[in-house]
Amino acid sequence: MCQVSVFSRKSWVTNAALVKWEDTMSFIRARRVVAAAALAAMTFSMPTASIAEPVVDSIHFLIPGGAGGGWDGTARGTGEALTKSGLAGTASFENMSGGGGGKAIGYLIENAASQHGTLMVNSTPIVIRSLTGVFPHNFRDLTLVAGTIGDYAAIVVGKDSPINSMSDLLAAYKADKRGTAIGGGSVPGGMDHLVAAMVMEAAGEDATMVKYIPYDAGGKAMAALLSGEISALSTGFSEAIDLANAGEVKIIGVTADERVAAYKDAPTMKEQGIDTTFVNWRGFFGAPGLPEAQVATYQEALAKMYDTPEWEEVRARNGWVNIHNSGEDFHAFLEGQEKAIGDLMKKLGFL
Amino acid sequence: MLDGIWVGLSTAFSFSNLLMVIGGCLIGTFIGMLPGLGPMSIIAIMIPVAISIGDPSAALILLAGVYYGAIFGGSTSSILINAPGVASTVATSFDGYPLARQGKAGKALTVAAIASFAGGSIGAILLMIFAPALASVALLFHSAEYFALMVVGLSAIAAFAGSGQVGKALLMTLVGLMMATVGEGALFNQPRFTMGILDLQSGFGFITLAMAMFALPEALFLVLDPSRSNSGGSSGDIKDLRITKAEAKKIAPVIGRQSIQGFLIGVLPGAGATIASFLGYAVERNIAPKEEQAEFGKGSVKGLAAPESANNAACTGSFVPLLTLGIPGSGTTAILLGALIALNVSPGPRLMIDQPEIFWSVIISMYVGNVILLILNLPLIPYIAKVLAVPRNYLIPFILFFTLMGAYIGQNNATELLMLVGFGVCATLLRFANYPLAPLLIGFILGSMLEDNFSRSMQLYDGIGFIMERPMTMGLLALAVILVVLPTIRARRVRKQELEAAESD
Repeated sequence: MCQVSVFSRKSWVTNAALVKWEDTMSFIRARRVVAAAALAAMTFSMPTASIAEPVVDSIHFLIPGGAGGGWDGTARGTGEALTKSGLAGTASFENMSGGGGGKAIGYLIENAASQHGTLMVNSTPIVIRSLTGVFPHNFRDLTLVAGTIGDYAAIVVGKDSPINSMSDLLAAYKADKRGTAIGGGSVPGGMDHLVAAMVMEAAGEDATMVKYIPYDAGGKAMAALLSGEISALSTGFSEAIDLANAGEVKIIGVTADERVAAYKDAPTMKEQGIDTTFVNWRGFFGAPGLPEAQVATYQEALAKMYDTPEWEEVRARNGWVNIHNSGEDFHAFLEGQEKAIGDLMKKLGFL
Repeated sequence: MLDGIWVGLSTAFSFSNLLMVIGGCLIGTFIGMLPGLGPMSIIAIMIPVAISIGDPSAALILLAGVYYGAIFGGSTSSILINAPGVASTVATSFDGYPLARQGKAGKALTVAAIASFAGGSIGAILLMIFAPALASVALLFHSAEYFALMVVGLSAIAAFAGSGQVGKALLMTLVGLMMATVGEGALFNQPRFTMGILDLQSGFGFITLAMAMFALPEALFLVLDPSRSNSGGSSGDIKDLRITKAEAKKIAPVIGRQSIQGFLIGVLPGAGATIASFLGYAVERNIAPKEEQAEFGKGSVKGLAAPESANNAACTGSFVPLLTLGIPGSGTTAILLGALIALNVSPGPRLMIDQPEIFWSVIISMYVGNVILLILNLPLIPYIAKVLAVPRNYLIPFILFFTLMGAYIGQNNATELLMLVGFGVCATLLRFANYPLAPLLIGFILGSMLEDNFSRSMQLYDGIGFIMERPMTMGLLALAVILVVLPTIRARRVRKQELEAAESD
């Protein structure tokens, strides 16, 4: 048992390490991300020496994708912090891939009565994919627990590019609309595209005219940026920081309200006169009809988690940003995001 | 650079790092032999171990060892039971399995081992000398060129389009290309052709299809036709490792060419080992002399050596964009990159300057690793090959077990098993009607990359103008045409010469 627990804790690191690269990749076909493999078949529990009084005895995390994706890393990271800090007695994990995440949502709804001990991890795509109808359900069909972390989006250019700011990019775009393509790691109508469109729209351009080129993985989009195939890349901020630290790219705009401590050199869109913000959140959901007392317990455990050194270690290792939205706030946030994304998608012709 | 190599040598040859190489290679080869567990999953399993080591050089040496060890071992299941566990060893089974069926399993495994060794070692040497310079080559290809490269790869189907088979081979390729369109693509925000079935939303699984097309029909044929299992020759032959001098002469230039070609294709972030193996197979098949060409697909040593050297060299090549640009070209290198970042190493142009010991020790350990793999594998071949001498009533359940496990383990989804059996039955029926199944799989594997790159280029150039505007695209497409047409032209010339000779008599 002891050995299993050690392996399970470490196996999480695998996935956490991948988070950066697969951050925006929930859209990618499963067969490309097959990292899943063996780990997907394994579900371990993690007993630990309790330090604090446990708030919950056990949590079962349902992960709608294979091992190694962003969802997987979030669930396992949260589980690690909760159990190591003693806020939860044990945590177990279950990977249920299929339907790009839709299968797990359906499973949680159909088996709601027996799933009171389960928390499902999800992120911005649940909003986008419910809008496009890829998922038959949406977030209202589940019990909202809390949004826990997030990642801003960023527009980057190659290190040798003549473009140094959003205004340079806009000038280049105005000069040659068909020749200035923006790439990203999501499908058209997916997150990276929506961010690019949102930014261009806020800058006063017609978002439908923007040439968006989709790539099936962050690495390929990056290669395309450096080879000059595309002029700019829309990507997750934490991924952009890694590339900027490696000396590959310049971050010309981040969709945060103010400069982010992790990389102060990156200017926000707002300070460049482009009034737009965007957060790719990740958070947890319970089965529909989850008793209120239990919801409150989960929310309490997650809220207390932020103050623990164990969480700080996990968060720092993954470059996540703490963005805590609990209960009603979470609901309001999701409705706001659904409206903003829905309006944009309608305008772009995806709805 | 010499300083760097020196630092690398001293790091790579430290006792603990040598243990890492040996350990990584051993784990990689043995797990890699199981169908369904490709390099990606093995590395994913090993990463926690590597990270707990703490030293980035040792961790990367271990993971790299696992990576090429898995590619090395991956050919085994392709050759022995026609069950390619990863896309890059599909081409290996084209000639490897027929050789094993002819009772030359030992020889086939030896050729594969030597070709892998040569590919890996030549790749490591090229990596050592040219890595910094090749960083720019990695960025030479745009989507248009990747599209053209996939077209060249498709010309590998010519090997299955023998006389009277052209129509059938083309038809099967088309079916494969069509199957690749099922599910969510990179370019459309709606899933296609899923008929509302959630399990199809991410498309057909590669392993499911590979097992259904190759391994399952073979197992079913063994059941249907008991005499087939005995055609494997006496166990003495199976174990025979020896390669004749004539064969060695035949494969030497193939291995040389394909090691270099494979390496270069591996360097491209959008290509990788699978494309390298198909291209290697296509090129070698189509430039071979007429009489040898007929052997391709029926147990040619050349046809086995080409993809094996190419895919190993390509694996080594894929470290160029990873280490010099920080760009992962494949899923496997993306996982490696994740591990590096977790160890606080950021690969990129500065890696070679800031942390030369990591850069060079990894490259040098690759060379060491290949030598170790060869030493480990050669003595084991007789025992591994003996699997085929197992009586059929034990062998068939064994094959079926590994086939089913391979399909299930990747997705953890029982529907895959139903699909596997369904496609397996269809594939068996097609085999009865003498339809070649390899083109279907080639079409399926190349299909999505072909489509993605084509439509990206269409979008970038607002039409198909990119073919004219980009000389390299044009060149590659011309090469594809030449590769397909060349054998026909040569055959016609030979016939003409014979005719003239006959007239002059």
